[in-house]
Amino acid sequence: MSSDLQDQDYTDELEHGEELWNAGHRACAGCGPALAMKYITEAAGENTIVTNATGCMEVVSTPYPESSWGTSYIHNIFENAASVAAGVEAAYKSFDRRDPEHLDVQDSDDLNIIAIGGDGATADIGFRALSGMLERGHDVLYIMYDNEAYMNTGVQRSSQTPFGASTTTSPAGKESIGNDTNKKDMASIVADHGAPYVATASISSPHDFKQKVEKALEIDGPKFIHVYAPCPVGWGFDSAKTIDLAEKAVKTGLFPVFEMEDGEITSVNKIRDREPIEEWLEHQGRFKHLFKDEEQGEVGIEELQEWIDNRAEDLGLDA
Amino acid sequence: MSDTQDPYENLKITTGVVAEPNTSRANKTGSWREFKPVIDTDACIGCGQCDTYCPDQAAKPVEGEDFYGFDLDYCKGCGICAEVCPTDAIEMVREVK
Ligand SMILES: Cc1ncc(C[n+]2csc(CCOP(=O)(O)OP(=O)(O)O)c2C)c(N)n1
Ligand code: SF4
Ligand code: SF4
Ligand code: SF4
Ligand SMILES: [Mg+2]
Repeated sequence: MSSDLQDQDYTDELEHGEELWNAGHRACAGCGPALAMKYITEAAGENTIVTNATGCMEVVSTPYPESSWGTSYIHNIFENAASVAAGVEAAYKSFDRRDPEHLDVQDSDDLNIIAIGGDGATADIGFRALSGMLERGHDVLYIMYDNEAYMNTGVQRSSQTPFGASTTTSPAGKESIGNDTNKKDMASIVADHGAPYVATASISSPHDFKQKVEKALEIDGPKFIHVYAPCPVGWGFDSAKTIDLAEKAVKTGLFPVFEMEDGEITSVNKIRDREPIEEWLEHQGRFKHLFKDEEQGEVGIEELQEWIDNRAEDLGLDA
Repeated sequence: MSDTQDPYENLKITTGVVAEPNTSRANKTGSWREFKPVIDTDACIGCGQCDTYCPDQAAKPVEGEDFYGFDLDYCKGCGICAEVCPTDAIEMVREVK
């Protein structure tokens, strides 16, 4: 290898902007959720209070005494990001009533309160707190980053783990296909609580995701965004492929991208020539058993494909 | 990158803690890297896709130039930038340390 390549170094000549998601965070190389955090901060700006559940994004961003956040940020416990956000919102409303001048920003309408949790923290363990926040109508945007398992504690399955994935609590083997459930439909569940705005997005389309964050923050009341964010470590793929796999999940229909307003689906990102799910499965270590054992593979892939096809039909996903 | 407060100065241990914002820059993750991105300055069209998709804020425009470069203090060598670059201007090379 030529030494030119080894010696190239522009570190001291780079133009950095105002970053609110800072370098030095300890997420693994190629981490999908870390990109989701970057896009959230870019869309929301610095007048933002983030409340974060325990999980990879909390652990990698705030080992005391460091913080990767340029926004205000609170971590409390695993299951209560939604409750903390609800409390922050209620407190600001109360301050506003007593002393409208107390904030640097005009009033609490100019302040963004965003709760962030992983799939485990949101769809499973913090579900009760989320349900309460939604039902009481707090003016909070909740963002669930979905890496399809409890990654921070070593890849345990969650209600967002797809069918057929081998995890440490759904190991594949002679008698087991891996995880034997399909992804829980969080968007519909949240919409059924009466939330005025619900959307799904993928880190492979940052512009779309950021637009949805901006739109949600303009709306009063509880909002929810489910953002898809691959994890190279937990899924077993090359860290360079994070964006590719996020995009393939959308193109195969495994992760449909859509919006719901006042309980109705108002936009769907249609897919032309939806790809078969193998195109996405075959790049990941957690599905390798489906390609080793023919019989198991056929059953597993067929069942997952059927679930995708049914959902695609319900949503009118195919262009 | 602009300097921020050193979070390790006057460190106190308490129950319930407050940290200053933007302080993770104290942690130079570049030491994790096995492969390093190298830019072909002629092939780069300055589109910024590498910056958009870098999880570590490590792909940025080079001052006064029309191409991008990498912050080796923080780049973890994931290879995403090389993968998303539309002109294949980035090569990942094994780093000799
Ligand atoms: C009540 C409680 N149960 C379990 C844990 C241990 N724990 C910490 S992070 C985590 C996994 C979080 O998974 P997820 O929300 O999907 O986020 P990810 O780590 O995948 O980003 C678990 C189980 C905890 N901190 N508190
Ligand atoms: S385990 Fe996965 S989600 Fe967690 S920091 Fe590493 S890459 Fe990101
Ligand atoms: S993605 Fe490629 S062409 Fe675009 S700015 Fe980065 S290196 Fe240059
Ligand atoms: S290799 Fe990864 S961390 Fe390094 S500049 Fe490219 S995208 Fe960023
Ligand atoms: Mg998770």
